[in-house]
Amino acid sequence: MTAIGTTTAAGAPRLPGWVRYEVTAFAVVTALGLIGYLVFPFDLALLTRIIAVTFLVLSLDLVTGYAGVVTLGQAAIFGVAAYAVGNACLAGITDPVMLLGVGIIAGALMGLVSGVLISRFSALPQLVISIAFGQLVAALANKLAQFTGGSDGLAGFAPSAVLGVFEFDIFGRTSFGFSLVVLAVVLALLLRFVQSPFGLMCRGIRDDALRARMIGTAVYPRLIVMYGVSGAVAGVGGALSAINVGVVSLHSVSFEMSAEALVMLVVGGAGHLLGAVFGSILFQIFGHFVGSTNPFHWMTIVGGTLILITLFAPKGLYSAFASAMAKFRKSRVSQ
Amino acid sequence: MITILSIAIDALAFGMVLFIISIGLSVMMGLARVVNLAHGAFAMIGGYIASYMLREAGAGFALSTLVAVLGTIAILMPLEFLLYRRLYRNADAFRQILMTIGLTFFIIGITNTVFGPTSKPIPLPEALSGPLDIGFRMVPAHYVLVIACGAITALGLWFLLDKTQFGTRIRATVDNAAMAESLGIRTEILYAATFALAVGLAAFGGVLGAQLLPIEPYYALRYMVIFLVVVSVGGAGSILGALAASLVLGLASTAGKYMAPEFGDFFFYLTVILVVFIFPHGLLGARK
Amino acid sequence: MSALLQLDDVSMSFGGLKVTQEVSFTLQTGDRVGLIGPNGAGKTTLVNLVTGNLNPSSGRILLQGEDVTHTGISHRVRHGLVRTFQITRLFQTLSVADNVALALLQRKGLAMGFLSSATQRPEIRDEWTRILQVTGLESRAYDPVSVLAYGEQRLVEIAMALALKPKVLLLDEPAAGIPHEETHRVLDAIAALPADIAVLMIEHDIDLVFRFASRVLVLANGKLICDGTPDTVAANDEVRSAYLGSYANDRRSA
Repeated sequence: MTAIGTTTAAGAPRLPGWVRYEVTAFAVVTALGLIGYLVFPFDLALLTRIIAVTFLVLSLDLVTGYAGVVTLGQAAIFGVAAYAVGNACLAGITDPVMLLGVGIIAGALMGLVSGVLISRFSALPQLVISIAFGQLVAALANKLAQFTGGSDGLAGFAPSAVLGVFEFDIFGRTSFGFSLVVLAVVLALLLRFVQSPFGLMCRGIRDDALRARMIGTAVYPRLIVMYGVSGAVAGVGGALSAINVGVVSLHSVSFEMSAEALVMLVVGGAGHLLGAVFGSILFQIFGHFVGSTNPFHWMTIVGGTLILITLFAPKGLYSAFASAMAKFRKSRVSQ
Repeated sequence: MITILSIAIDALAFGMVLFIISIGLSVMMGLARVVNLAHGAFAMIGGYIASYMLREAGAGFALSTLVAVLGTIAILMPLEFLLYRRLYRNADAFRQILMTIGLTFFIIGITNTVFGPTSKPIPLPEALSGPLDIGFRMVPAHYVLVIACGAITALGLWFLLDKTQFGTRIRATVDNAAMAESLGIRTEILYAATFALAVGLAAFGGVLGAQLLPIEPYYALRYMVIFLVVVSVGGAGSILGALAASLVLGLASTAGKYMAPEFGDFFFYLTVILVVFIFPHGLLGARK
Repeated sequence: MSALLQLDDVSMSFGGLKVTQEVSFTLQTGDRVGLIGPNGAGKTTLVNLVTGNLNPSSGRILLQGEDVTHTGISHRVRHGLVRTFQITRLFQTLSVADNVALALLQRKGLAMGFLSSATQRPEIRDEWTRILQVTGLESRAYDPVSVLAYGEQRLVEIAMALALKPKVLLLDEPAAGIPHEETHRVLDAIAALPADIAVLMIEHDIDLVFRFASRVLVLANGKLICDGTPDTVAANDEVRSAYLGSYANDRRSA
């Protein structure tokens, strides 16, 4: 028998003890945070934006990578949570932790609605419903300008100090630190969650929904619950985005946002939480340099990359890297 | 009363444009089972070429349309060979979606780099640009052309798929590809021909429909959903289904724009969700 | 006491074609029953009707006395009706242990845990370890199912069925596609099933059925033409003509 906690051939981090997920999450986030701080010391706002979107990619990984639901409407959840947080802040709830709670609740509710609509179907109807739902929310966001600011965006709200101590500063240090801590906590919870009975069952449903039914699982309700969890994670991202940037724009509910999140997930590797994190970071840093010069060159590169990845590394860069490492290790052992 | 009639005529023209573009996608999905998100990008390439021919090269409308259709096919056939062939039938839907969405981004990037990132009007010839008296009412003359072309496309495809050798082979392959191959049908040629047909129809519809779906840099993304919806609601491979779906969705979109323009596409997408929920197997029922 | 499984005049038609015609039979505690019939007799359709993958056009299906004719698949599984698949349907990317653990978690009502580890709870771990020993799969516990040989995948099917502690177990051609020298592993696993459950084995290989079953049902053209001990079935003329006729056809067309 191999070490405890390695029931899947690929997936669980191979650390001993009951805190392995927490250790992994905090190690990864600390390392990424330090690297980010050293490389972009004067652009912490970029790093905070990246972290907020990383939650969206993680939430997409839960439904697409772990439960097999293909969606191009995930940004609707992220955006609505961001709008909810902006409005809550304008209404007087300025404590960042409370606002995070608002985002999580709004996200979870939107997730449940998405789940009811989208996971009802499979294949083409599923994709179509996901897009239609996303576009429906985007059209509403545009219309309900009194809550969203319409095309100008929702602005003019300012959260108070984190825990009453850490004021948000113009260098973005508080935002950055706050976002990193939240990322570490959520990542630890999610690493645990995907190995749980519920997470394992969702992976089973992804592999073969009929088989899941044949061991007595009610598939549709579970997918809805999974969507709720995923929505809560997207809600964290939406909340952080609103708290840190202070503006919520229509872009955050747009189809482009959903599509980009899917690209980030695939670049990193669907079905791996760390893959989602790396994909999100890589894509956004790359986009920061290329995308700002000419959006059409950026689209060409994104499109070309996506085609190449589906051709040559269909499981994403994280998996490709992981299997290369495994081969390397094996070859060393056999020598 | 006037409004209802205006909506009906606009909806009919809009629906026909949707039909011409989407039916190619529908036939291809019926045969090769590729969820092709790049179909709108194909129509966009046609529009860009036609716009270039009309405005830069000074060609006539008919010639420009012809060059657009053939040019788009010529540009995209290498992709059939390089990419689409790997996606037919067995590949999983997730992979198809990723590759074709990647292709969409790629095409948007390239076309706008080559032709410049501006909207690309397709000016109509004199005869089509004015209003036309159809007895009880004046309608834009190009509507008549669009509606006629839609009807001809539907009839032509019906003839092609139901009455010719080519159609028989396609239907045999849709039923059972392995069996068709063992009967000596060269399925790879059939797939390539269907791909060319789909591309040609997309380009044709893109040019003809440019007054209603204007050709602009993000055309491929903006209308991507609409074409997929038509196929999903109409049922892949069904001409009548696609026609019905196009008209229903054309009506929903046009009526929404007339009656609640400030809601944008809200009512259109609401209709989509309702239709998919009420008819999960497509408007005309399950075809297997 | 009511039968574990009871079918009353169950019929099913596709279009105009009657693929199952007024089939009735019962399974009692401890039954070991074989279901045989020539190709195209409608055996798999019948299994699908019993499990709820298909809905009958008429007739009733009772599971432990409860009418389940119009209930869903997962409801029947939770009430003790379990099947294996003719073509293996497993969670391909998950490990063997995960596959079995999922079935266990589902049966024990633990499948909604969110933060505990799925497979390492002591009671789950002990049980899947035991089941993998019974089925001879313990060395494969941590391998993804997709790398297993076909015969071993069939064993995983049986292991999952065991994990669900069925009252009624339907085995759909459990030995199909397995090399002959490996069939004993499947038979051993079947022999290790608890004595008090009812097992219905659908099988093409008549030798296998006669070794396993104390009672045999014969299906031909969607009709149940015989229900009796292996000896009576072997001696039945109708069975012989149905079988030999089709067997001869098979030979000719092959």
